Amino acid sequence: MSATIERPCREAQQPGFTDLEKAVINRLQHGLPLVASPYLAVAEELGISEQALLDTLEKLLEERVFTRFGPMFNAGEMGGGLTLAAMRVAEWDFDRVASQVNAFEEVAHNYRREHELNMWFVLATETGEGIAEVIEQIEARTGYPVYNMPKEEEFHVRLHFSV
Amino acid sequence: MSVSTFPSERAAGDSYQLCTRDRQLILATQAGLPLTTDPWATLGEQLGIPADEVLARFQRMQDAGVLRRVAAVPDHYKLGYRFNGMTVWDVDDEAVSTMGQRVSELPFVSHCYRRPRHLPWWSYNLFAMVHGTSQQEVEDKARQIRDLLGETCSSHTILYSSAILKKTGLRLKKQGDAPCSE
Repeated sequence: MSATIERPCREAQQPGFTDLEKAVINRLQHGLPLVASPYLAVAEELGISEQALLDTLEKLLEERVFTRFGPMFNAGEMGGGLTLAAMRVAEWDFDRVASQVNAFEEVAHNYRREHELNMWFVLATETGEGIAEVIEQIEARTGYPVYNMPKEEEFHVRLHFSV
Repeated sequence: MSVSTFPSERAAGDSYQLCTRDRQLILATQAGLPLTTDPWATLGEQLGIPADEVLARFQRMQDAGVLRRVAAVPDHYKLGYRFNGMTVWDVDDEAVSTMGQRVSELPFVSHCYRRPRHLPWWSYNLFAMVHGTSQQEVEDKARQIRDLLGETCSSHTILYSSAILKKTGLRLKKQGDAPCSE
């Protein structure tokens, strides 16, 4: 699979959202209330009709401004293992190692980062012990050491992008 | 302040036991919540579960912390936040818990964790993800974190992502379920 190259540009693109879209983008990153008519409740909060909210949400999903709208689960709370791991991969060898690492279904995300440790990925396994096993397999397959960096403490934040 | 242990260090009884119907609901909404006036009823019709039970199950999962929230996941690039910098900090061990909490309260930090060092390759024990519309903005925000950490921090750096090599997200896998009550 091919990597999506991010081309940093000098000026940030200013996406042209309508006021309605901005309100929906800002509001729906926060939780939907768990009530009988949840969209109606949010629409009333924003002072718009329920249909306007649903139409806007649908459009934002179609245009991939939202990659998803739905329940967000805590993998850790469902049991299983979760960790962040990094590797120092030789530049000439990077593509081979990336495709070998990506082939593991336990690898949920993998990013290239500009640092001596240049490959960073999230591992999710069904059991806590599964993490060590997968790391051993990745080391054996690629021939490079994997630095395991599990969270030792989480400081809770709310991810929110204002527009 | 909540300290979450790494799942492998957690006693098996600590995590919420999903039952078959919970799992059906999770799988049915993996692509998203229905965009209908009564999404709980829509899901219920699909799965043969009464609408009020669907809602009650989501409430229970949210109370148990299995479900964080029902919300939109934005593509931050499309919102103009084209730069994501993983800022990493070498903070004194005795100060890192307090400082991590304070860093996480800054409005522009999206994830904040304490993680182990791997000397000599990696001396940073506090990670804070910062998003910005330009590299300058990320650097300005990192400077605010540095000011906050002050003397407790001996060095830091910012790692920018230059390529997404894979992004499939977390997928639910098969596990033993508890039997459903009511």
